[in-house]
Amino acid sequence: MKTERSGAKKAPAGVSERAKVGSGGRYAAANRVAADPKGVDAGPHFMDGDHALAEGALAAGCRFFAGYPITPSTETAERFAERAPEVGAMFIQMEDELASIAANIGAAWAGRKVMTVTCGPGFSLMTENIGLACMTETPMVIANVQRAGPSTGSPTLTAQQDMMQAKWGPHGDNMMIALSPDSPQECFDLAIEAFNLSEFYRVPVIILTDETVGHMHEKVVIPPADQIKVIPRNNYSGPQEDCRPYKFDCQGGHPMVCAGDGYNFHITGLVHNEKGYPLATAAQGKVVVTHLMEKINGNADEIIRLDEDQIDGAEVVVVSYGITSRIAVKAIQDARKEGIKVGSLRMITIWPFCEKRIRELAPKIKAFVVPEINYGQMVLEVERNAGGHCRTISVNHCGGAVHDPQVILDAIREAAK
Amino acid sequence: MNTDIEKFKAGSPMCGTLRMDRMPHIWCPGCGIGSEVNSFAEAVKRSGIDTKKLVVVSGIGCTGRVAGYVNFDSIHTTHGRAIPVATGVKLANPELTVVVFSGEGDLSGIGGNHLIHAARRNMDIVVICNNNFTYGMTGGQVTPTTPGSASASTTPYGNYEYPFSLPFLMDAAGATYIARWTSMHSRNVTQSMEEALLRKGFSFIEIISPCPTLYLRRNRLGDGVDQLQNYQDNSILKHGCDTRETAVDFQGKIVVGKFVEKSKPTYLEASDKCSIKLVGDDYQLYGKTIPEREAEEKAEKERIAARRAAMQAGEAAQGEAVTAKPKAHTAKTAAKKAPAKAAAAAKKAKKAATKAKAKPVQKAAAKAKPVKKAVTKVPAKKATPKAPAKAVKKAAPKAVAKTKAVPKKTRK
Repeated sequence: MKTERSGAKKAPAGVSERAKVGSGGRYAAANRVAADPKGVDAGPHFMDGDHALAEGALAAGCRFFAGYPITPSTETAERFAERAPEVGAMFIQMEDELASIAANIGAAWAGRKVMTVTCGPGFSLMTENIGLACMTETPMVIANVQRAGPSTGSPTLTAQQDMMQAKWGPHGDNMMIALSPDSPQECFDLAIEAFNLSEFYRVPVIILTDETVGHMHEKVVIPPADQIKVIPRNNYSGPQEDCRPYKFDCQGGHPMVCAGDGYNFHITGLVHNEKGYPLATAAQGKVVVTHLMEKINGNADEIIRLDEDQIDGAEVVVVSYGITSRIAVKAIQDARKEGIKVGSLRMITIWPFCEKRIRELAPKIKAFVVPEINYGQMVLEVERNAGGHCRTISVNHCGGAVHDPQVILDAIREAAK
Repeated sequence: MNTDIEKFKAGSPMCGTLRMDRMPHIWCPGCGIGSEVNSFAEAVKRSGIDTKKLVVVSGIGCTGRVAGYVNFDSIHTTHGRAIPVATGVKLANPELTVVVFSGEGDLSGIGGNHLIHAARRNMDIVVICNNNFTYGMTGGQVTPTTPGSASASTTPYGNYEYPFSLPFLMDAAGATYIARWTSMHSRNVTQSMEEALLRKGFSFIEIISPCPTLYLRRNRLGDGVDQLQNYQDNSILKHGCDTRETAVDFQGKIVVGKFVEKSKPTYLEASDKCSIKLVGDDYQLYGKTIPEREAEEKAEKERIAARRAAMQAGEAAQGEAVTAKPKAHTAKTAAKKAPAKAAAAAKKAKKAATKAKAKPVQKAAAKAKPVKKAVTKVPAKKATPKAPAKAVKKAAPKAVAKTKAVPKKTRK
């Protein structure tokens, strides 16, 4: 299915009132150490994306996993449960997803790197405490191996329908980071990246993969431990009187306080001051919300990773992610054979959205083509940032299967007109 | 006024265990939560556990605010999720003592699933449930424990649902320690909390308490003191009572006591057992083998015993000082003298503690034993009911407020 999202009319670019804070390369410069070899099963493997997520987590130093089974993500939990005793990690199957993510928050504040996996129905339940994790700035990784919805939908069939939910699921303004791998190898790699981002920015990082990538078996090469660089948990160790669980300066890189270290910290989901004490006023709300939003948005340049191919001089740019980007390759190749100048922009980072890049490209091209296995979600972001400078064509799909490359090719031809 | 509050904060015997920088708290006059928190602070002190290793987790609601007032690592979570958060804390660092302090709506309503599953797993946490039969924070709605026929803002014509009996629920779910008291039973509450803090496994303590602002007013049951009187008149002490017989009817008899205390492997012990079978003796959790963890636990137990002994020695000295004096003080003079007395006792306790610490742990523990015996005898035989108990109560400035409230009742 393809729909015309907007014409090539000129419109003023959006003016953001958000405070912009430069990152100054702090994430790149953050302290990294070699991975603990206990969690690294180095060597070439033949495994699916779900298992690669578990291996990536273990390699990144994740030692606590509270989960609840749900197709098509269960294999990650199974792999972690199987590996936990030999690695010295803890796995617990909780009574539901509400409890899984809550247990992760507790474990994170008791000093562990934590992870859980789920898909749509479970993710809906988790949104409650993803909000708490955002508010309390708790590092954790959540993988959403997306299946077709809505509701119970088609449990064994693929989709990319939770892209917006990941960003807008929890109530209130909050910001998280979401990544989207396109292969089992990238599931492994991005799991490590997700832990590093979540440790540095103290934010939940969501891996938005899909049933196809989750269940696809491919070669996964796990490097030796000394080649895997991880950001270790940074716990406060200074004097008691200066101990603050939070610092509202719109930046990442602040230490956690670890339960049992004697600092008697307090954290709450209420609007709070830097000491963690409730302070529910409009003025403090502004301080907290601005910090939560801008520590991510303000550092978007440093967080965002894109995989670009032949963008320079392109007249059409295909914006895709996850499994769809691999389907799109065929369409792009065919279009190029026909002489159409097509560039590919694969989003590895979904949230924060690559606003700046889309704004840069929009005036230079004829159209964006956005294939995705949903009724049109990320295309809204593309269109918003294109700001009317070019056309934006959605190639949507209601889930249950991947695109037929021909449909994407048709859209590219249409876009090049 | 401000100076008075500062004085109160500095002089409070709860100064170290409660966050005085957050006082005054939000709880209404006559509410039971305050005295429960006092009991908790007292229990923590008496237990001798390392307060640096204590984590308190609360959910949402009036009782959910407890986490914000105790001066330990504390987490105020979302509605109903205190128990899974506590589960995460405990399993992430088994050295920690983890307490969930929340209300019955939070724990047995929205969090009911977590409550039964934590009990089923025998998760090594303490759950303290303030049961006031009402959702206080939101304005007095019916809860899973509201007795039949009681009025609530969402059952304005009387409650027609069947309520939970929490001890029965917990027993069925597998809890290994179950006690119920009312907020009138401060000393028993303290004792149960102390026991729970020192034992392994899932402990559940229900404390029935008055909500004067909503439940009592709506049901025309008088104020907090009237309700304490009701508890006094209607409580039936039945240790070991069959939990099937613990249902609470509207203003009816309340069976209190320690109903269940048994031992079975905790979740972690069971998990360890399974893992060691698989991996062998060098199985490690978070880099520590089971013997290493056991040795640490044993050492910690010895430290706890030493702290308890020191504290009880200090208490005994304080008890003697109190009983020696005639009890004719007014509440005011007692309150005035209390800080000095408390400070002296604290000094003694501290001295004893450092003494105990200075010696090799085993010796200290051995030495502590006879002292402990002597101490338990003093309050148990001579004092149990009145003298020191009253003196201690009076010592807390809060008690002054309580005594002030009495004339209000007689006026009626």
